[in-house]
Amino acid sequence: MGHLTYEQSKRKAVVIISILGFITIFEVLFALLGKGYLVDGLHFPLMITGVVMIVLSLVKAYLIVYEFMHMKYEVPGLVKSVLLPTLLLVWAVIAFFYEGNGWNKSRNTLMDKYKAPPAEVEVGDVGFISEEIYHIG
Amino acid sequence: MADTSTLDHVDHSEDHGHDHGHDQPATWDGAGTPFKASYGKLMMWYFLLSDAFTFAGFLIAYGTLRVSMNTWPVPDFVFSTFPGGFHHKPLYFVTVMTFILLASSFTMVRAVQEGHRENQKGVVFWMLLTIIGGLGFLGCQAWEWNTLINGEHMSITQNPFSAHTESGVYLEGDGLAADDPLHSINKGDTFEAGESYLIHQHNGDWHKLKYEVTEGPDKGMVKTQELGPKAFGALFFFITGFHGFHVFSGIVFLIIILVNVASGLYIKRKNGYEMVEKIGLYWHFVDLVWVFVFLVFYLL
Repeated sequence: MGHLTYEQSKRKAVVIISILGFITIFEVLFALLGKGYLVDGLHFPLMITGVVMIVLSLVKAYLIVYEFMHMKYEVPGLVKSVLLPTLLLVWAVIAFFYEGNGWNKSRNTLMDKYKAPPAEVEVGDVGFISEEIYHIG
Repeated sequence: MADTSTLDHVDHSEDHGHDHGHDQPATWDGAGTPFKASYGKLMMWYFLLSDAFTFAGFLIAYGTLRVSMNTWPVPDFVFSTFPGGFHHKPLYFVTVMTFILLASSFTMVRAVQEGHRENQKGVVFWMLLTIIGGLGFLGCQAWEWNTLINGEHMSITQNPFSAHTESGVYLEGDGLAADDPLHSINKGDTFEAGESYLIHQHNGDWHKLKYEVTEGPDKGMVKTQELGPKAFGALFFFITGFHGFHVFSGIVFLIIILVNVASGLYIKRKNGYEMVEKIGLYWHFVDLVWVFVFLVFYLL
């Protein structure tokens, strides 16, 4: 904040926190809207909600890191040395999303393959394959 | 410090950031200031970077496990209580918590700004507000945990929240029609795949309701509600607990530095109120992590 006066700096902080507040309110309202709490029956596909939420959260992250944490006023070398490694996380999220999806497919394939014959069945812990259903060999 | 770089026999053609004409140590030779930041500030940034990776690891684990399961508790169903006996107020309380932490970030920014002006009283005032905000957040988190653990009997090994994977009709009610006529389950109530449910306890035992499946390959079968994925409880308490621990340690450090400010220690220091800036970085990081925990657990 070297080039701003005290009064300007104070105002800027108020502006940024207000933006953060509005984004948060919008995120919550959007989430509730998309799940049918505000307008009955309305349901956004997960893709839309997901993308909107993630983009808004990244905007909040940018404001917090660049303004509140003064990253904007640091030397470019420092900025890069801190922020570039976090790009690895983008890969990590994508890779692990694929992984989890693969697990889900395997789980369902196994459950279908080894399902006990229809009868009055205890389904077992939802999401896990219980003893009665999963037979080896 | 004398410039000895031209006297040794090392090839200096690769020296960057080094002004051979002046009496300054080379940037990375020690006693310099790489990136024009003090040692403490630089190390705080790198610590925060490493901590970001730790939290990212936990959150990514949550995402992976969630995607791998066929059913997962829906957040706005699970987190719908509000102090004062309110129920079915999805995401209200956690939004309040987010605002408390955001406000405390703002007060921290003001504290740092007052530090730049060397206004000791201003720094004390704004840091005090930041601490109060942090304590408020922790109090809210404690209330949330208490509701989930003692009220709804969720723990790191058992999770009574789940969602149906197929449509059906309940063959019995949950007995709560008198307490909660709007949202209790009665015999004959239908539900669709994806609808959430909470299994209540009666005298310490789980009251799992029987239902008949009305669609899909298991149509006609009678099944019982089952507890939800254990991973949900484990991940929720661990991740919010780990974050809460960071808030707590942040508060401890804020109090220590507040005492230092009040005692006038930083007036005498060459780097002035830089310590306030450094703890400010930590505090903003805690807020930043919360933005992502809020996103992953409650919004998505």
